[in-house]
Amino acid sequence: MQASRLSRQVPVGDGVLTILHRLDLEIARGESVAILGASGSGKSTLLGLLAGLDLPSSGEVQINGKNLFTLDEDERAALRGRLIGFVFQSFQLLPALTALENVMLPLELAGSPAAREKALAVLHRVGLSERLQHYPKHLSGGEQQRVAIARAFATQPELLLADEPTGNLDSATGARIIDLLFELNREQGTTLVLVTHDAELAARCSRRLRLVDGHLAAA
Amino acid sequence: MSLLRLSWRMLLREWRAGELYALTLALLIAVGGVTAVGFFTDRVNQALTTEASQLLAADLVLAADHEVKREFLAEAHLRGLTPVRILTFPSMVVSATGNQLAEIKAVAPGYPLRGKLRIRSGEGERVAEAIPAPGTVWLDDRLLAQLHLAVGDALELGSARLKVAAALRFEPDRGGDMFSIAPRLMMNAQDLSATALIQPGSRIHYRLLLAGRPQAIAAYRAWAVPRLARGEKLEGVSDGRPEIRSALERGGKFLNLAALTSLILAAVAIVLSARRFLERHLDGCAVMRCSGASQGQVFRLYLYQFLWLGMLASLAGCLLGYGAQWVLARQLGGLIAAGLPEPSWVPLGYGLLTGMATLLGFSLPFLQRLKRVPPLWVLRRELGGAQGHSLAGFSAGVAVLLAMLLWQAGELRLGLYVLAGLTAVVVVGLLLTHVLIRGLSPLRSRAGLVGITWRYGLSNLVRRRHASASQVVALALGLTALLLLTLVRGDLLRSWQSTLPMHAPNRFVINIQPDQVPLIRNFLAARGMASPQLFPMVRGRLMAINGREISAGDYAEERTRRLVEREFNLSWAERLQSDNQIVAGRWWETNHAGTAQWSVEEGIAKNLGIRLGDTLTYQVAGQSFSAKVTSLRKVDWDSFRVNFFVIATPVLLEAYPASYITAFYLPAGDEALLNDMVRAFPNLTVIDVAALMNQVRAMMERIASTVEFVFLFTLAAGLMALYAAIAATREERMVEAAVMRTLGASGRQLLLSQLAEFILIGLLAGVVSALAATGLGYVLATQAFHLPYHFNPWLWFIALTVGILGVTLAGWIGTRGVLHQPPLQTLGKLG
Repeated sequence: MQASRLSRQVPVGDGVLTILHRLDLEIARGESVAILGASGSGKSTLLGLLAGLDLPSSGEVQINGKNLFTLDEDERAALRGRLIGFVFQSFQLLPALTALENVMLPLELAGSPAAREKALAVLHRVGLSERLQHYPKHLSGGEQQRVAIARAFATQPELLLADEPTGNLDSATGARIIDLLFELNREQGTTLVLVTHDAELAARCSRRLRLVDGHLAAA
Repeated sequence: MSLLRLSWRMLLREWRAGELYALTLALLIAVGGVTAVGFFTDRVNQALTTEASQLLAADLVLAADHEVKREFLAEAHLRGLTPVRILTFPSMVVSATGNQLAEIKAVAPGYPLRGKLRIRSGEGERVAEAIPAPGTVWLDDRLLAQLHLAVGDALELGSARLKVAAALRFEPDRGGDMFSIAPRLMMNAQDLSATALIQPGSRIHYRLLLAGRPQAIAAYRAWAVPRLARGEKLEGVSDGRPEIRSALERGGKFLNLAALTSLILAAVAIVLSARRFLERHLDGCAVMRCSGASQGQVFRLYLYQFLWLGMLASLAGCLLGYGAQWVLARQLGGLIAAGLPEPSWVPLGYGLLTGMATLLGFSLPFLQRLKRVPPLWVLRRELGGAQGHSLAGFSAGVAVLLAMLLWQAGELRLGLYVLAGLTAVVVVGLLLTHVLIRGLSPLRSRAGLVGITWRYGLSNLVRRRHASASQVVALALGLTALLLLTLVRGDLLRSWQSTLPMHAPNRFVINIQPDQVPLIRNFLAARGMASPQLFPMVRGRLMAINGREISAGDYAEERTRRLVEREFNLSWAERLQSDNQIVAGRWWETNHAGTAQWSVEEGIAKNLGIRLGDTLTYQVAGQSFSAKVTSLRKVDWDSFRVNFFVIATPVLLEAYPASYITAFYLPAGDEALLNDMVRAFPNLTVIDVAALMNQVRAMMERIASTVEFVFLFTLAAGLMALYAAIAATREERMVEAAVMRTLGASGRQLLLSQLAEFILIGLLAGVVSALAATGLGYVLATQAFHLPYHFNPWLWFIALTVGILGVTLAGWIGTRGVLHQPPLQTLGKLG
């Protein structure tokens, strides 16, 4: 993945606030990268741009040599469906679906055969075989995040983007989630990009970057 | 996997998780209500038409002044209709003591096709199972008295000698032309040839009575109309007596009003539930978009889900409606004598269409917004997930609703009144809420003026300005509908029923000669009857308007043509009758009663094209004379009192030969008085309209009670709309309460601040709905139902009380759980 001269500005009152400023970033296949930064430094904005969830003011992001921003919204969505998995700070499970159904959903949307078996396997892998029919509201925070991780890995993405994956969890649970994330990362050979405050989590990544004033620097 | 199958699975999952209950319930009640109303009104309308048919003794009558052509009969057989031929003619009836001119009615087996004959022979009055047997006749009481005959005696009719087998007490189709009825003799058509009365040149009216299914009758009518020759005409149910027609029309309007209102309430409930669905599914859609779903996929996924849901809920609603209308029919018991016919399948299609169209029309804008949720929403909430927030999206839904309103109302005007009224509710509701919020918001910062709970309640209202306004509007719509249906409906029904008072005249006496006027007065006074008013009556024919001769050919409308062809009953008077009202010009009481002037009823004036100031030329007893129209009157025909289309100043008509007419109320059981009267004044004709009035009154009561039942469904739909309006912000309130709890708010503070907000919302909704119901009630009464409007102060009291108490109670029930729960549990459940 390669981002070049990526800028993002938002209008604020009568002026313009620059969140990212001509930022360059290259991530190799299989690498794990942590992006650190203070609150409001633009970490989530960067993550959104890397996933093609948002449009930059200027610059480009290439994944497997394809520029995200020359695609239209639906093509970007299709690309995400094939290549990218997400893990969010607030889990973002669908409340109306059980744990199993939440994991099945991206497979079903992609028209993947044997969605149920694949979902069962990955839920088993994250240790939730006993919680398949539970709704998110009946799961603990750690369990919910494990469902979210299972969902992210179910489609076997090449790139996994995680936004503060331990932000809503206590440190012990957070540690187990980190273990799980890296184990799956290793097993599937996924490229991992993490946005985090958590120094311990960042330390386990092969590369750490800090976002300051719209620029990235090695941390 | 195909998206259709996935959507089905998603639907099941959402259903299991309880996400769809509110929407389904709203749809179920909507479709259930609409179809119950549809099925039921369909059956009641059929039954009412059948009852009205009794006044014709058939569904359709072909009347002719010559023998009915063979092709009309053959076509009736071909279309599966039941025909019966009858004929009427005047003839002298001779008994041992004298003779009398009577109206002879010769009937064939099967008569009457609708309604029943009642006769008395020895052991009291009963329903006749057949027509008079050959060789026998039935006479009405008047003819029996005039000829001094009793049951069992013989009489002569033409060259036949016939036996009186019974007294004829009631014929359903007698009401027809009440002022030209000679006493009745009913005979079997088989005996006609024996009488030798049917000769070339005899004045005979032939009638072909037809009965059958409504579609077949309509088709026959359409077939027959272009084939009618001179002297032939068709009379359908709606061509019958004006009292019955207006009862049917008003009844239909009441039922339609109930159906309309339940439809609107359903739409309100659906909008609110669909909006809640949208809000709860924004996250899910954003996640799906992140996971690679295209906008189209997300949209179709939910569209298909809603299609499934719409179909299933609508079908279930139809079943509910079908079941409910049977319960209704059973509740109605024996009220409808004819019994309710089987419902037709039309309401089923209507129910399905209503369900699908309402659901899609009002949820598509939300689905569109779901589709447009940016995937970035999962990372950055401040983006606003529901972009494209606008009322314009609902134009499809409103158009659907409008189309259905017009369809349901069956007439443009009623539909437009209701729609305009409800639009006014929306506009006034939004305006009032914003004005009030603006007016109250300074109070928030004035800590000394109001307590913290009120300030917090107010802040909530202000912060949720748009949500509050739409909540007020939704609640006000629901309340307006309920008010319209409870109070305004009651007022309208009472107003309607009071147009036919209990002691309205039920006997008309005609043919009173001028020298008999004081004798009749004395006769009635001696028997304890209040002195009745006697009106002079002169027969005259309208010859010219403003000097221009008129003929039937000048008028397109059949009824008007008949008016021009026949003689009018003219009258003269010095004073205006109390149930008449001058709508143009001035009555002559104050304006030279000694000069020649006409006063014309406004309806007939309109039909004949007569305007105030026109000169009318009438011919009476061979003499023509003219005078100016100096006033137009509005006449209350429902009152059953004696009334005239055209009245003159005394000077104009006094000189011409006149007879007198009077009407009075005769209590049941006092019929002997009539026999005495006919014996004392044999030339008088007494017309009994009691039976007709009872029929009209029974019909009014029947319609009133069906409206009451239909109203229950609308009530359920209204409650559903109220519930949906409260539920719309329930979760937000629960989160806020939990947060406030966390910050140390006491249970009492929480409760009071929530109640403060609910009270304000309820108050606003109450004010808006009272305004709307008053306005709509006025417009409906005066414009749609043509009834006097009475302001009902209770409406305001009830609107405000129900608004405040209802909203507060419902809100309290909805959020009370949060007060007794640890805040984190609430937050966890909702997170």
